[in-house]
Formats: sequence, C-alpha cells, structure tokens
Amino acid sequence: MSNPTTLTDEQLEEFGAELDAIRRRIVDSLGEDDATYIRNVVKTQRAFEVAGRALFYLPPAWPLAVAALSVSKILDNMEIGHNVMHGQYDWMGDPGLNSRRYEWDTMCPSEQWRYSHNYIHHTYTNILGKDRDIGYGVLRMDEDQQWRPYYLGNPVYATLLMLFFEWGVLLHDLEVERIVAGERTWADTKHLHRGMIRKVRNQTLKDYVLFPALTGPLFPMTLAGNAVANLVRNVWAFGIIFCGHFPAGVATFSEDETEDETRGMWYYRQLLGSANITGSRLFHLMTGNLSHQIEHHLFPDLPARRYPQIAEEVRDLCERYGLEYHTGPLRKQLGSVARKICRLALPTRRRTTPEPVEQPLAA
Amino acid sequence: MSLTRTILRSPAVAALTSPHGVDRYLELVNPMWAAHEVRARVVRTHRETHDVTTLTLQPTSTWPGFAAGQHVQVGVEVDGTRHTRCFSISSSDLARRMRGDRTFTITVRAHDDGVVSKHLARHAGVGTVLHLSRAEGEFTLPPLLPRRLLFLSAGSGITPVMSMLRSLVDLRYEGRLTFVHHARTPEETIFADELDEIAQLPNVDVTVLHTRLGDKRLNELQLTALAPAYADTLTYACGPAGFVETVRELYAGRDTLRVEYFKTSTLPPDDEAATGTVRFARSGQTAANTGATLLEQAEALGLRPEHGCRMGICRGCTTRKTEGTVRHAVTGAESSAPDEDIQICVSRPVGGCAVDL
Repeated sequence: MSNPTTLTDEQLEEFGAELDAIRRRIVDSLGEDDATYIRNVVKTQRAFEVAGRALFYLPPAWPLAVAALSVSKILDNMEIGHNVMHGQYDWMGDPGLNSRRYEWDTMCPSEQWRYSHNYIHHTYTNILGKDRDIGYGVLRMDEDQQWRPYYLGNPVYATLLMLFFEWGVLLHDLEVERIVAGERTWADTKHLHRGMIRKVRNQTLKDYVLFPALTGPLFPMTLAGNAVANLVRNVWAFGIIFCGHFPAGVATFSEDETEDETRGMWYYRQLLGSANITGSRLFHLMTGNLSHQIEHHLFPDLPARRYPQIAEEVRDLCERYGLEYHTGPLRKQLGSVARKICRLALPTRRRTTPEPVEQPLAA
Repeated sequence: MSLTRTILRSPAVAALTSPHGVDRYLELVNPMWAAHEVRARVVRTHRETHDVTTLTLQPTSTWPGFAAGQHVQVGVEVDGTRHTRCFSISSSDLARRMRGDRTFTITVRAHDDGVVSKHLARHAGVGTVLHLSRAEGEFTLPPLLPRRLLFLSAGSGITPVMSMLRSLVDLRYEGRLTFVHHARTPEETIFADELDEIAQLPNVDVTVLHTRLGDKRLNELQLTALAPAYADTLTYACGPAGFVETVRELYAGRDTLRVEYFKTSTLPPDDEAATGTVRFARSGQTAANTGATLLEQAEALGLRPEHGCRMGICRGCTTRKTEGTVRHAVTGAESSAPDEDIQICVSRPVGGCAVDL
C-alpha cells in the first residue's frame, strides 16, 4: 500500500478517525431542525415555482416571472435535488425526500445521476482515469490529461457546456468520448436510453409546450421565459460546480497512488481534491451548499445545512495536520477556473530546469 | 369532489407537476389534500387502559376503505423521522355505510421500546396528521358468513377481532358467536365495557379470562369447555406469537383456523456479533452469520445485490431489512427496527437477521 500523502500512516489513521468522529456526532444530532429546514426550502422552492408560472400571465412582470422560475430551478436542483439524492435526508423516512425516489427539475434522470455522481465521482474523486468529472470527457482540466489538438477548443467547449449544462449532465452517462475512442459501443448505453427519453419528454412537454400553451396568446413569451430560466440555472450551476474541483492548487491523484486506499487516505484525497467558495448564507443556500465542497466531499450524505458547522472543525483539523484548505470568494475561484480552461487549451510546457552551473563565491 | 379528484389525477396535471407529482404541491397547502397518497388526521383520542389508546382517524378522500380484521401501515413523524408500523383497525367496517361515518379507529398499546406505539398512544393529539397505506391483510371474514364463529384473542390482539365483532353487531349477525379473550387483569382489558354490552346479545358468548388473577392461559381443556366444537368452527385468533403458536397446536393443521400475529418490534442483539443466521428472503438463501457486511455475506452466497461505493456513501445498495439488528460498520450505531431501509455495504448483522434480497 502506497502512501502518497504528506502525513505518516499513523497520522493518516488518526486523521480519518477524527473525521469519523465528526460524522458520528453529526449523525447522532440529526432531528427535527434538519427536517424542518429542508421542508422549508422545499416550500420556498414550490412557492417560487408557482409564482413564476403565474406571473407569466402578466406580461410586464415577465422579468420577475423568469427570476422566480430561475430561483425555483436552482433551489430544486442544488439545495434540494442534489442533496436529497445523496441520501442526506433518507433518515427522515419521507418518500418525498428519499434519495431513491426523488426526481429533479432537469433533463438528467435522477437514477443515472446517482450512479455517475454519487458513486463514480464521489468514490473516485479526482483520480485521473477514474473520475469522469475531471473535464467530463469533453474538457482538458488537468495537466496530466494528454494534450491533443482537439483541446485547442477548450474555452469554446466550456462555454457550450455552460449554456447547455443540463443537456451535458444528461449525456454524461453515455460516455460519448469513450464511444468515439472505440472503448465502448452504442449498444452498451442501451439501458440508459429509455430513462433519458422519458425524462427529456416530460421536461420538454412541461416547459416548452404545456405551460406556454396555458398562457394562450402569451405562448411565445412564456416559452422564452422558461428557456431563459433553464439557461440561468445552467450558467449558475456550471459556475458553482466548476469551482468545486478545478481552481488552481486543488490536487488530482493517479490510479497507482490510490490503490488499496485506507479510509484516512480517502478523506485526505477528498479534502485536497476539493475547494470551497466563501459567501453569505443566502449565497450558500443558492449553491446548494456546494460552496462547502470540501465538507460535502468528506460527508456527502450528511445534510448540507450542517456543512458550515462541520467546516469549523475541518479547518481546525487542517491546521493541526498542516494540510491545505482551498477556499476563496466566487470571483477569485471562477477566475482561477477560467484561466485553467484557457491555459490547458495549449500543450503544457514542461518546465525545463536549467542545469546547475558552477558559480564563483564572490563576483 | 370526484370531479376534482379526476382532474387532479389526470395525465395533464401529472405532466404539469412533473417531476414531483401533484401531491407534493397539495400537501404544502393542506396536509389533508391528496390525489394519490393516503393520510389521516387524528380527530379524537380515547384512553382505553393505562397504556392503550384508541385514535379516531379522519382519512383523506383517497382512503379506499377497509374490511374488518385488516391492518394499515401508519407513518408518524417523531423528531424529524417518519417511522412506519402496522396497526390493526379496531372499528366496524360498516360505520360508513350505516352511519355515514368516514372515520375509523386504531387502538395502540404503548410498548416501552416502541417509538411509534409510544408516540401514538401518549403524544399524538387531535390534529396530528398520519401517513397511511391502504388497508392490507387476509385476516377478514368470508363473504358468506357461517352459522358459527369463534374468536380467540390475547392482549392487544383483540383489536382486529373487535373490528369484526363490531361489524357483526352492526350487521345483526344471527349465527352463534363465541369470543374468548385473555387479558392480564380487568384494568388491562381493552374494550371491557363494550364487551359486557355485546355479551348481552342472545347469540353472543363472551368470556374474558384474566391470567394474572388465576385464570389459565389458553389450553385444550379450557377451549373445549368454552367451545366444544372449536376445531370445526371457523376461528379467528390474534395475539402475541406465543399465543398464536398455542392456538395453532390446538388446531393441528385444521383449515378452520385464521391467524394474525404481531411482529416483535426488536430482536435482542447478541453479545457476540457473528452468531445466528442471515436470511436473504427474496432469493430464499440462508447462511450462518459470518460477521461481515450484509453485502459481503450476500455476495459470498453468489447473490449480486445492487450497490455502488461499498463504503456507505452512495446509497446505491439500500435494501429493506425485515428482521434483526445491524451495526453500522463505520459509526457502530445499532439499529433494530423491523422493516427499515439499510445500507447493506456498511451493515453487519448482530445475531440473526433477514433482508429483502
């Protein structure tokens, strides 16, 4: 078993045990407050949704309608959908908030998301070759991804992915890049087609046919409004998610390094492979608490509202073990990600260290 | 009302409320509004004995009714978590038809270690909203009532039998009805006053035996004295597992017996974890508990349960456990509730255990 970390094996084990202890403490204290919190978020989201749909009947209120529907979709996808599907609220025993039953207001069927995200991404976080979220099979987001001329389009692909993010998430499981590379056949994806088609049909019917039709002569305005709301959600979700693992300084790992990993090492990888975003309480809510990406990756199935509380303990842990804790305001993190997207469009210049030369002691 | 329901259940409304479904919106306005789900509000509580309470429930319009003797799964929230348990309905199934009364009752004994029963019997006041399944169970009267009927019950096993008894009274059943009930003391006899009243009917014999006051537990001699032709009489028996076993032995495989018994809420965990047998109900496999996680034990038997991370984070392996206690491989937390969803990749059985795999 290799140990690629800066800690000794004993320290790693202790580090893991401390995180396990935090987890236990939080699990033991889950209760009424957490249930009330998520129910209130759901209520708020549904209120925004109903308000948004209704305001389309008042043409001058069009921008408000779009804003309300955008907020509804962002809350549904991030603080509710993403977190509920992680099983953060399974302990409540409420079928409406159950990870295996929740379906979110976006193109990707929740079942497929749970596989590629909860299992693949969260288990193999930032392991190059295993975590498909490093570049999503489209982008070059790590120096160790072999450069090809295709990646010259990195900024263009990233922009397209941002604008069509929900479609990108939908197609993620098909692993198109592996089909192109001949590692996977179209037939291998057959089990996904039905779910995808059904969900796309439902989402499209609702946003682009039925609700516009219900507003009668305002059909085009409502259709456009719904499209803009989906777009706003796409751009926002893309931005927040890209700040999770791609800002400069966040570590990636190789398959060799992570073979036969201990629990302590897994925690270590999650910590150094993720980055937080600082901001207000409202900001954290609107990011679905993915602004606490580090805490989320350490404890993906603990209710997200606890992450700020957990963060204090994690930061303390980082200080004691001399580990980096990546965080910064949104502007800084986004800038860092944007620079990386552009920089990695070009082949990585191998830094050539000059041969040491003999030098006289005094000039 | 039914037009509203037709609209709420229409494909158009389903498409508009996709992906959440119409009930997820209705419940936010009023918990008693539902198009598909069944819920009920507690409208009255009545203390039967020191630890038994009858709750009168007003169900949502989605409640399809029940047959006397059936049970219903009741979900109630305690400290943020919804717990679901089975309870027999104790009221007459003719109340609606004869008195236009849409309510029904469940009668609950507060068990010391039963989160749900304790909450329902002691804390669920008028106004509490409960989540219900449809009524379930085959412990019901036949469509054509025989000339003789025998009911045997013990303790809170009286509840489904009481539902049948009340229905038969409503129906003015004219056949011969014998009812033998075992309670510990007169104070602990549920429905004692009503039983006295029903005993006045000329065609009904009610015998209540008090085991703490010297009456014998059910045995052949006793039953022969009270109902000589018992083995040839259509018989309904309900009570704790031990009681039902005794009845079964007395009937020795006769097809006149219908039984219902209560699942014990917890199995005591063994000191040494790797004891007992693990039963994988759906595949019909059984093996000695090795102490490994349920996922590993299932795989060792050649089963291939759905799973993902194998470390308790992705919830890809969540499976229904029907019996027994498991210990969380990471947190060490033990849990013994029957019919709960567990993550098999991080659950080690403590003693015997059954899962739906």
